[in-house]
Amino acid sequence: MGAYLVRRLAQGILVLLAVSFICFVIFQYMGDPAGALAGRYATPKQLELVRKKLGLDKPFYVQYLIFLKNALHGNFGMSFVSRLPAMQVIIERLPATLELSLMAMLLAIGLGVSLGVLVSIAPDSLVSRLIMAGSLIGISIPTFLTGILLIMVFAVDLRVLPPFGRGEVVRIFGSWRSGLLTWDGLKHLILPAITLSSYQLAVLLRLTRAGMMEVLGEDYIKTAWAKGLPQRAVLFKHALRNALIPVVTVIGLQFGELIAFSIVTETVFQWPGMGNLLLSAIYESDQPVIVSYITFVSLIILGLNLLVDVLYVFINPKIRYV
Amino acid sequence: MYKARRGRMLRHFLRDPSALVGGVILLLTIIGALFAPLISPQNPYDLEKVRLEDALKPPVWMPGGQKPFLLGTDEQGRDILSTILYGCRTSLSVAFGVVLLAGSFGLVMGLLAGFFGGILDAFVMRMADIFYSFSTTLMAILVLGLLKKKGIPVLILAISLTDWVRYARTLRGAVLAVKEEDYVSAARALGAGNLRILLRHVLPNAVPPLLVIAAVDFGVVIMLEATLSFLGVGLPVTEPSLGMMISIGRKYVYAGKWWLIVFPGITLTALVVSINLIADWLREEINPRIQRAVKGL
Repeated sequence: MGAYLVRRLAQGILVLLAVSFICFVIFQYMGDPAGALAGRYATPKQLELVRKKLGLDKPFYVQYLIFLKNALHGNFGMSFVSRLPAMQVIIERLPATLELSLMAMLLAIGLGVSLGVLVSIAPDSLVSRLIMAGSLIGISIPTFLTGILLIMVFAVDLRVLPPFGRGEVVRIFGSWRSGLLTWDGLKHLILPAITLSSYQLAVLLRLTRAGMMEVLGEDYIKTAWAKGLPQRAVLFKHALRNALIPVVTVIGLQFGELIAFSIVTETVFQWPGMGNLLLSAIYESDQPVIVSYITFVSLIILGLNLLVDVLYVFINPKIRYV
Repeated sequence: MYKARRGRMLRHFLRDPSALVGGVILLLTIIGALFAPLISPQNPYDLEKVRLEDALKPPVWMPGGQKPFLLGTDEQGRDILSTILYGCRTSLSVAFGVVLLAGSFGLVMGLLAGFFGGILDAFVMRMADIFYSFSTTLMAILVLGLLKKKGIPVLILAISLTDWVRYARTLRGAVLAVKEEDYVSAARALGAGNLRILLRHVLPNAVPPLLVIAAVDFGVVIMLEATLSFLGVGLPVTEPSLGMMISIGRKYVYAGKWWLIVFPGITLTALVVSINLIADWLREEINPRIQRAVKGL
């Protein structure tokens, strides 16, 4: 386990180095950072000064090492648009994205697994067929369309839920502002959370169902029934535990997807999170913010994947890392 | 595949109502997309045919609807039905392009990685791990957002850049499964070379799972193209796209112009549903372990 962890960490660092190199190339060679910082009306002399200050006159590898050193200190330069440190701008948006993603994940895992079990118990009932039809639509409808349709029905027609923004937020500590503690904030969270969860919910539902169907046919389940165990014990203790192993794997693999879909959801609902910020940075060619976003998100994804791998050992004792 | 097997698959397809529905929808969409210039009432990208005074007309059955515009018009006076037909052309071309490009590259990489192992195998699997965890959607948004170039070829390349690992991983698994089989050893003992073993003995066994992956991927890419175009990093405004139509319609949600979103939305969803139905059928056909009796829908 220890050796495995060290190898995984080394691998993660290697990936981060590759990411940083790509970011560096983007940063130095796409667009004109000196021109962007000096402003449109800079004289050639001023441009030269900025270039020197940014180290753009040094050789390639020296520039990369400087970039790496700065990156390790969390310094990715100033946002061209807001003139604030780029990483700080990203971190400020973190709470909004985190609250939305966590709610969506809870919804997807909770409903996905329980509906999946429900469907596997009575696969031919009308309710099961309706749920399966719903899940088919769930995996076939793009996230942005789900969001817009929900807005059309619940915000424009029925006028029961707000169509955009985060609503009223309260400061918890430091710069963390939460929308989970006010009624208004929660009301704003409902539609985006459903939107972000819908695809994953459908995927997890189908996976749980398929896993349960396969496990329920196994001999040890027949034994459990024959022993006269109550239904609850057979379904949840004997069957679900084994059916969940592939589900957990997929949940672990879905963090990248969750982040990607949060960009889409935040755009549809004008949710003030990191994804929304990334898209405006893309439109405005705000390279420092884009680079900070990529680095930050890579760190999150690699970290979470490592965590899932470690947790996996506890869920599935068959796995031994060497 | 053998003739008998093809015949059996076709019979199953015709007896499976959901696969049949999927097939019909997909076929209609392909015909509509192929013959869009012939059957659509208007060429929505011919500036001489589009008139601004026709803008935002509702569908014909509603008050204010007008004859040639069956499903209404958008903000520039483009016929919604025609734009949908042209948009399907884009969706299908991008999906075909990615499945062909990413599929063939992934096929070769997976085949070689599984068969020869070693450094190539390690490389392919690490790339697969990384691209999987970062997700094709996220990578495509970032790559396209940074490139600032738009168009169908760029889109196909940007999606394929990470999408090939899907195919490579499946192929590698299939190759590993048959590599140690007796008939492969027998072929080798008879003096067959690597290339002959790969093409005659390993590849045919790897094709069925590859077909399932390709079918699922086809639907995923259609959704991805729509999403990228919706976000404004996919196709330029001069190209027809279902995602772009919905992004235009979003501006008129509060004005109650629902037809701008509902019709392209239904088309997009129906297209992907039909592909997923076919993929489900294909998966069952190939994996007989899942009994047809326990099928949920």
